[in-house]
Amino acid sequence: MKAFVYHQPKTVADAVRLLAQPGTLAIAGGQDLLGAMKDGLFEPAHVVNLKSLPGLSEIRETSGGLQIGALITLAEIAEHPVIRRDYTALAEAAESVATPQIRNVGTIGGNLCQRPRCWYFRDPHVHCLKKGGDQCYAVRGDNRYHAIISPGPCYIVHPSDCAPALVALGAKVTIAGAKGTRTLALKDFFQMPDKNLKGENVLQKGEVITHIQIPKPPVGTRSTYLKVREKDSFDWALVSAAVALQLQGGVCRQAVVVLGAVAPIPYESVESARALVGKAITAQSAALAGKAAVANATPLEMNAYKVPMAEAVVKRAVLAAAGISG
Amino acid sequence: MPQQKMKRVKTTITVNGETREVEIEVPDIEAQWGDPKNMRWLGKRIVRIDGADKVTGRAKYTYDIRLPGMLYASILRSPYPHARIRSIDTSQAEKLPGVKAVIADLTRKVNYVGEEVAAVAAVSEQVARDALRLIKVEYEPLPFVVDPETAREPSAPRVTPQGNVRGDNPRERGDVDSAFSRNDVVVHSATYSVPARSHCCLEPHGLVCQWQGDKLIAWASTQGIFSVRDELAGALGIPASSVRVICEHMGGGFGSKFGARVEGVICARLAKMAGAPVKLMLDRDEEQLATGYGPGVTAKVKIAATRAGRLIAWESETYGTGGVWGGAGVPLPYIYPVPNVRTRHFDISTNIGASTALRAPGHPQASFIMESAMDDLAYKLGVDPLEFRMKNDPNPVRQAEYRLGAERIGWERRNRTPGAGSGTIRRGIGMASAVWGGGGGAGSRPTVRIGSDGSVEVRLGTQDLGTGTRTYVAAIVAEELGLDIKQVKALIGDTDYGYSGASGGSTTTASVAPAVKMAAMGAKERLLAAVSQRLQVNPADLLLADGRVFARNGSEKSLTWKQACALLGKEGIEVQGEWNPNLQGSGVAGCQFAEVEVDTETGKVRVVRIVAIQDCGQVMNRLAVESQIYGGVIQGLAMALHEQRLYDQQTGRMLNANLEEYKLPGPLDIPDIEAIVYDNPTGKVSGMGEPPVIPTAAAIGNAVFNAIGKRIHSLPITPAKVLEALGKV
Repeated sequence: MKAFVYHQPKTVADAVRLLAQPGTLAIAGGQDLLGAMKDGLFEPAHVVNLKSLPGLSEIRETSGGLQIGALITLAEIAEHPVIRRDYTALAEAAESVATPQIRNVGTIGGNLCQRPRCWYFRDPHVHCLKKGGDQCYAVRGDNRYHAIISPGPCYIVHPSDCAPALVALGAKVTIAGAKGTRTLALKDFFQMPDKNLKGENVLQKGEVITHIQIPKPPVGTRSTYLKVREKDSFDWALVSAAVALQLQGGVCRQAVVVLGAVAPIPYESVESARALVGKAITAQSAALAGKAAVANATPLEMNAYKVPMAEAVVKRAVLAAAGISG
Repeated sequence: MPQQKMKRVKTTITVNGETREVEIEVPDIEAQWGDPKNMRWLGKRIVRIDGADKVTGRAKYTYDIRLPGMLYASILRSPYPHARIRSIDTSQAEKLPGVKAVIADLTRKVNYVGEEVAAVAAVSEQVARDALRLIKVEYEPLPFVVDPETAREPSAPRVTPQGNVRGDNPRERGDVDSAFSRNDVVVHSATYSVPARSHCCLEPHGLVCQWQGDKLIAWASTQGIFSVRDELAGALGIPASSVRVICEHMGGGFGSKFGARVEGVICARLAKMAGAPVKLMLDRDEEQLATGYGPGVTAKVKIAATRAGRLIAWESETYGTGGVWGGAGVPLPYIYPVPNVRTRHFDISTNIGASTALRAPGHPQASFIMESAMDDLAYKLGVDPLEFRMKNDPNPVRQAEYRLGAERIGWERRNRTPGAGSGTIRRGIGMASAVWGGGGGAGSRPTVRIGSDGSVEVRLGTQDLGTGTRTYVAAIVAEELGLDIKQVKALIGDTDYGYSGASGGSTTTASVAPAVKMAAMGAKERLLAAVSQRLQVNPADLLLADGRVFARNGSEKSLTWKQACALLGKEGIEVQGEWNPNLQGSGVAGCQFAEVEVDTETGKVRVVRIVAIQDCGQVMNRLAVESQIYGGVIQGLAMALHEQRLYDQQTGRMLNANLEEYKLPGPLDIPDIEAIVYDNPTGKVSGMGEPPVIPTAAAIGNAVFNAIGKRIHSLPITPAKVLEALGKV
């Protein structure tokens, strides 16, 4: 690891000022950053520790819902009784991340901001498009784990488990920067590579996520997160789905379907939701929602399997959210 | 003295993972292990004597060695799969404060990503790594090929001046063409393949080297302390007697840790140059790139049996890559005798690191190929796949194991027609077999010492690569002398002790145990001679048990262990033992049964249960044998569902040189495993560390076929492949 200057600001204002300097990266849990630095992927001259910033380590119930500080760990989210009860998809997503050791240290802010796992991106000796090179190696290379939905020119998948769950729950993020704070819907936080090739989100240099707000779900809402992976201990999703349904008298009033590991962003399928709204949740309607979710997928050479897998995962998540055993 | 009776025996020797059979002459001495029923230690479940040290961290591995003034070394490796080195400039690195030695004369041409280019020793790991970044290497990249399929093509870049395709090795017996064209046979043809797999030892490769004048002490994570000694001595041009190698504990080798290897020689050289001890432990990516792997293989197979279910003909063409020069041969046909056989094998040269032995080299690959073909043929014949094997397997031990395994797994619950179940989740059951030698070889020179204070020590320059060698070495002596195992100090892992061979080919137990037994018998004889004089009882009438010496002649005379040992005089006794072939045997048999669930919508395979049966003749430590079965099954499951080394054809770089995308099962992926030690009353001890890994992947593959009615022809069996086989992609 290349030597760096370590900063421990005590206020958010100091943190964002430090982060605005060139060659500076933020660290919280460090579960992504430290590995990437050891591999020589990132070589910041300055690292700014966010862990001692005040006010970012609370889960607070508000009149409108829930506010989660960016430094809350994934383990805290997975164990939180209110999150487990009312925001189930998020608790399930947090619980599915990596290993207990990583969940004990990794933060929700870091989980949303983690960099892609694409093996071309992660190899410090491969100068890919995302790192300023002239080609995306996944296009002609080994793309078994890559996106089936992307406008190009890069085909990473967003690796976060919590992001699809939070988007499904209608979460917003508050971002602090030099000019103060701004709050936006989480689904607008993430960006496709045709909009932002080098990053995966709207964060500008010197900005950090401070809080996440989740609105109180309407009465009758149930949510779930489902993840298929090659192995159950410590693995990334091949495909995942977060589904939130508002049910009334057996009929679906509102639905949000968000897929993970299929696109460079947590991918919300309005077509899939449309297939559910106004209908009773049955094996048939759930299957149609699954089909609709990836109807416009354009797989690469080695990842066509993700299409039927995504159909099944969405179908099962819909049924599970509705409390129907598949 | 009467002429010593001699005996000619076949014995196995293992050199760098290659096990060969040789014939030697040894003294023919009567010796028996005795009836396990009458034993206190051997054959029982003995908790390993260093287990507590290992789980509490008291045990010191090479990684834990810290010497005063010790430096840390790191190796600069080629980022290119094939390149000429135009120049190396180490001047900036040498100027970095804390850098004590630099080596840059390793090679002028690199043939794979990860090949050693230069090395540095410095006051800390961090400084060593910083120094590597300051070394300027000018590479001239050359055309490369990493995929064996591509490398076979005439237009492929040449990896060696001789071309990329080596060997042919045609073997033929019987009349293959006539056998295949008989009108009473059923023929099956298919292609099966297994990818290359890494060892992923818990402790990486590495050493700590310290010079004392012209003498070198090396702590090494190795499965052969004497082979490390000899390689270091040879490479450094010093006598073997000037090198001492120590390996108190080590974190796994699986065939990849025989010699000193490149990093060992680098470490010793750096230590000499710097005039200080140097530690060089490899990192995880270095482990993946440059310490070997079990090669993958692709097999085009044709197999035939008579309608009555007798195997009659086999034809296979196989190829694989072991890097630039390495081989990828497989023993085919495997286990089941076939009268008419034709095989051809090609080794393909590619720009990847060299393969090494990996737990039962070639056998798990051969098992997947053979057992998949056997299963496919059995269903084609319309016979129960287990019955088909029973009909074609002459081994009586496996015949008994087949019956036991079928009962334990509930073989009758399998789908009579593969894929016959209904619903999204399909269950299936499959099985496969294992064979191994497990015989030992001459050469081990253990010494048993009994002190006049009653202390007992056994010393031998063998090593415990995690299989429990130290524990049975102590247990054999305790058994012979009628002591508690705690009263015996087992000292191993040091070339200052008597010679013993490398631990490979499952030869250690059958080599070490007989020699230790002979040493203990010799010590016992000397002790009883002293007691006999004192008690005036014939030695044949004396018995050592429960820490006492008893007379069995009705005199009721006895001595405590301490009283007996006090008769030995200040010097105590010290007896060396030699290998006795009458105490060892070879040819072990096993089989495994797997039950799986296949999710037909996600393609995911969940292994529900494995029944694994293995014999090893006379059991030394039942608990350790069970542990070897568990370990083998888990490694075999990883091979079945997860493991594969992936190389990128665009860059020639390994895509998963880590433990993140190189997938190994974790706790949630490991099924219920029933490990059954099959008691085979041969009275001979045999090794069994390797065979439990052999049949697992094949058994799982056959269970998947039984569940969904579709054969997955290549490992690992991933969701992607299952969905494709089911026609969903």
